[in-house]
Amino acid sequence: MAQSSQATGGLTSIPALLQRNAAQFADKDAYREKEFGIWQTWTWAMTEKEIEALALGLINLGVKEGDFVAIIGRNRPYFYWSMVAAQSVGAVPVPVYQDSAAEEMEYILGHCGAKYAIVEDQEQVDKIIEIQEKLHTFEHMVYIDPRGLRKYDHRQLHEFSHIQAQGRAAHDELIGELKSRREKLDYDSTCVMLYTSGTTGKPKGVVLSNRNVIESSKNSAEFDALTGDEEILSYLPMAWVGDFIFSVGQAYWCGFCVNCPESADTMMTDLREIGPTYYFAPPRIFETSLTNVMIRMEDSGDLKYALFHHFMDFAKTAGEKYGMPKRSLAKPDMKRRIKNGWRYAMGLGFAMETIVENGIRMAFTKLRHGSKAREHFKAKDPILLNLYRGNLRDYFKYRMGNVLVYGPLKDTLGFGRVRVGYTAGEAIGPEIFEFYRSLGINLKQLYGQTEATVFITAQPDGEVRADTVGVPSPDVEIKIDDNGEIHYRSPGTFVEYYNNPESTASTKDPEGWVATGDAGFFEEKSGHLRIIDRAKDVGKMADGSMFAPKYVENKLKFYPDILEAVLFGNGKDRCVAFINIDLTAVGNWAERNNIAYASYQELAGHPKVLDSIQEHVEAVNRSVADDPMLAGCQIHRFLVLHKELDADDGEMTRTRKVRRVIVADKFKDLVDGLYDGSSSVSTTTEVTYEDGRKGSISATLELRDAQVAPVASKMAAE
Amino acid sequence: MSNDSYVTDDGRTIGPTVMEMKNITLRFGGVKAITDISFDIREGEIRAIIGPNGAGKSSMLNVISGFYVPQEGEVWYKGAKRPPMKPYQVAEQGIARTFQNIALFEGMTVLDNVMTGRLRQMKANMFEQAIWKGKAEREEVENREVVEKIIDFLEIQAIRKTPVGRLPYGLKKRVELARALAAEPSILLLDEPMAGMNVEEKEDMSRFILDMNDEFGTTIALIEHDMGVVMDLSDRVVVMDYGKKIGDGTPDEVRNNQDVIDAYLGVAHD
Repeated sequence: MAQSSQATGGLTSIPALLQRNAAQFADKDAYREKEFGIWQTWTWAMTEKEIEALALGLINLGVKEGDFVAIIGRNRPYFYWSMVAAQSVGAVPVPVYQDSAAEEMEYILGHCGAKYAIVEDQEQVDKIIEIQEKLHTFEHMVYIDPRGLRKYDHRQLHEFSHIQAQGRAAHDELIGELKSRREKLDYDSTCVMLYTSGTTGKPKGVVLSNRNVIESSKNSAEFDALTGDEEILSYLPMAWVGDFIFSVGQAYWCGFCVNCPESADTMMTDLREIGPTYYFAPPRIFETSLTNVMIRMEDSGDLKYALFHHFMDFAKTAGEKYGMPKRSLAKPDMKRRIKNGWRYAMGLGFAMETIVENGIRMAFTKLRHGSKAREHFKAKDPILLNLYRGNLRDYFKYRMGNVLVYGPLKDTLGFGRVRVGYTAGEAIGPEIFEFYRSLGINLKQLYGQTEATVFITAQPDGEVRADTVGVPSPDVEIKIDDNGEIHYRSPGTFVEYYNNPESTASTKDPEGWVATGDAGFFEEKSGHLRIIDRAKDVGKMADGSMFAPKYVENKLKFYPDILEAVLFGNGKDRCVAFINIDLTAVGNWAERNNIAYASYQELAGHPKVLDSIQEHVEAVNRSVADDPMLAGCQIHRFLVLHKELDADDGEMTRTRKVRRVIVADKFKDLVDGLYDGSSSVSTTTEVTYEDGRKGSISATLELRDAQVAPVASKMAAE
Repeated sequence: MSNDSYVTDDGRTIGPTVMEMKNITLRFGGVKAITDISFDIREGEIRAIIGPNGAGKSSMLNVISGFYVPQEGEVWYKGAKRPPMKPYQVAEQGIARTFQNIALFEGMTVLDNVMTGRLRQMKANMFEQAIWKGKAEREEVENREVVEKIIDFLEIQAIRKTPVGRLPYGLKKRVELARALAAEPSILLLDEPMAGMNVEEKEDMSRFILDMNDEFGTTIALIEHDMGVVMDLSDRVVVMDYGKKIGDGTPDEVRNNQDVIDAYLGVAHD
């Protein structure tokens, strides 16, 4: 412990970092949560007190070292405190997705043998009570929101504030115990246990040590020059490794402020009010935002519409060059202010001078060559300052766009201050990516997984592209094996899968190399990593050509009206696809075109919708055909599903990744229909409502043929 | 009229009678809307009034809220006979209501609408309000605090600043409930709180009604058509048909009452 912790100055656990922050940044904001319409703030010093009270309360409750404490709720300071308090007493926090059904929770809580759970409200309490009998080790539950819980049996149920009060009351007796437990924490003790979303099979408990979390947070914070002045909005599920790293690891390492939204529905408003400087979102969020912007622009007046499109077209070329924020946006000191003031004054003077000069020159030109001058001015962009040439003009035009379009738009989206933004989890559409980049938002991609404590590769500033995921993160080694599968080794490499030595052994070899399960390659020119697909999803078509479903699905999903696509064709002679439409985008389109519909199902089956989806499919086929390696993956037939794929039905993971095998199995009749050439199939599907009840929907689906583009000539030559 | 308290199966305490209707008869010209109806509402209970269309349920609620003055009969409230009153005087006694067809200020935001529910508590006069110093400011802060708690309670934070006119029906109903709740009533009258809602919205609304009763101890009198909801929610039910009371008792008693079954399912006339 002594040697390894030198790099971090003896700070070998999150509670140790908390102590440091409370001493160093005592009056700086650590947590904010909007409650009753006002942002409530806790400084680091207050946070330390709260966490201490809770930790003492937990000891008082009987929490032992090594116990597992399940944390179930949406992002709230109380839960972050709970995690750190659990760590302080030597227990292991296990965040669980709060929208999991009771059975899913039963598996996770049973698997780790959790004795305690800290949950949000009645909904979660009810779920745990439902499964409590099957959990033999379970002892106590703590809830935060007492609403509706007053009449419950309180022998095993405690209110969060009572636990804290008991902790405060027992301060003198227990503080020694807490201190000694806290001091026992070292670099190799467990920091947190996170369950993987389980794209295939049951979720696995990934054990991450303090070393994993702190080293990864340190490296990534240095990579992006994160400071204690960052603001982040925590809204991603707490059970996801990303949120743990951003809202706990990096926040404690750098000492920045974590903001929690008022409720899930107010996320967009809160985002705007906070204006984070460091932002993380899966591509889906960016897609949704973009779709909303486009829909609202369609409804806007002519002038706004024209301005928006003119400047957005311009930004595509100039945004990358002139829009990106400076490396650090730290508050300027007096010296910088004077310097900046001087610059502004100079700039203003210069601009005045040129305008006057231009005016005079224009007047003379007009006087002397009237008609010619008019032609000259007409030919150029009808924008001010059109006498400037090249770069300077672009620069000024981008600034102007910033005032008129980009700035207000970024502000509306809540991205006004974003200095570093990341997207990960899935591929992002190049157009979506370009849109945000051209607005001057430094959106980058990273590639990671729970087992690596997030970071495997990330894009450095200035080397950002839509189709790669960047270079290896600091201290990460990567190798690619003969099958094209990516392996890595890093300080963030997980300790083990809890209670699952077989899986641990099959994923992590004795030298510490971890198989990602993704296939990819390094681009020779740039040294960036490119991901092709999940290694196990990549298959072969009947004729031996490569089958990479994700590649084609992503191309489809880049269309705003396609929410999800699933491609089938492994081992077959041709590919077929399921498509989910995006209700917001297609619904808006339907409204615009006077198409009446009553439900998702009706809209999904509308012939005009099918027509437009068919166009997209055919366009994708043409683009797939360009790549001789993957030309076999063109979609021959497709259908639009009558229901949205949903995590409650087990068709997706809680992080919204499609469970391919389950979908193929559940909709077997539809896949068969696509292959046997029938033009329609009637089917009945079981659906699960949010409260766990089951129902079913039946539909008759139209199956369509899509035109396949001729494959590039290389195939013949082979 | 009973003065004893008892505890229900689910652990709620039902107090003594707070309001009693004694032989109420209400006529509109020649039409008898309500004929000789008596029933009581006990403290902390959820009391439902049900009946087929035109049975006089809403009229009954209007009698309670003071909008209609019955020609015959007496309304006893908190142990005293209530003289004929204007609706605002009834409101001052701590009786709030929602309406069957929503009556909100469409152009105002949700927050402002709910704030109107606090008007009874605001004492600052027009000039103080205009200057916005001292009393007026203090009052607004205090009342805003209460309102924010209700907004949080009914989970309408996301629409706090949205004009009511832009909201869907189900949410408007919830905003109306919020406004009624903002008055911190001792009796809350709900006129068909679940009309026109889908199953999910109904479930939400039921939960809110139960939580309100549980959390604030509010006595609730509600009119509802959805029998399932009524039977699940309420402690006691009054059944009306053609302006007459045909049943009164716990949901189980009412369910097995032959008159009620006839009124709802119809009777064969031979």
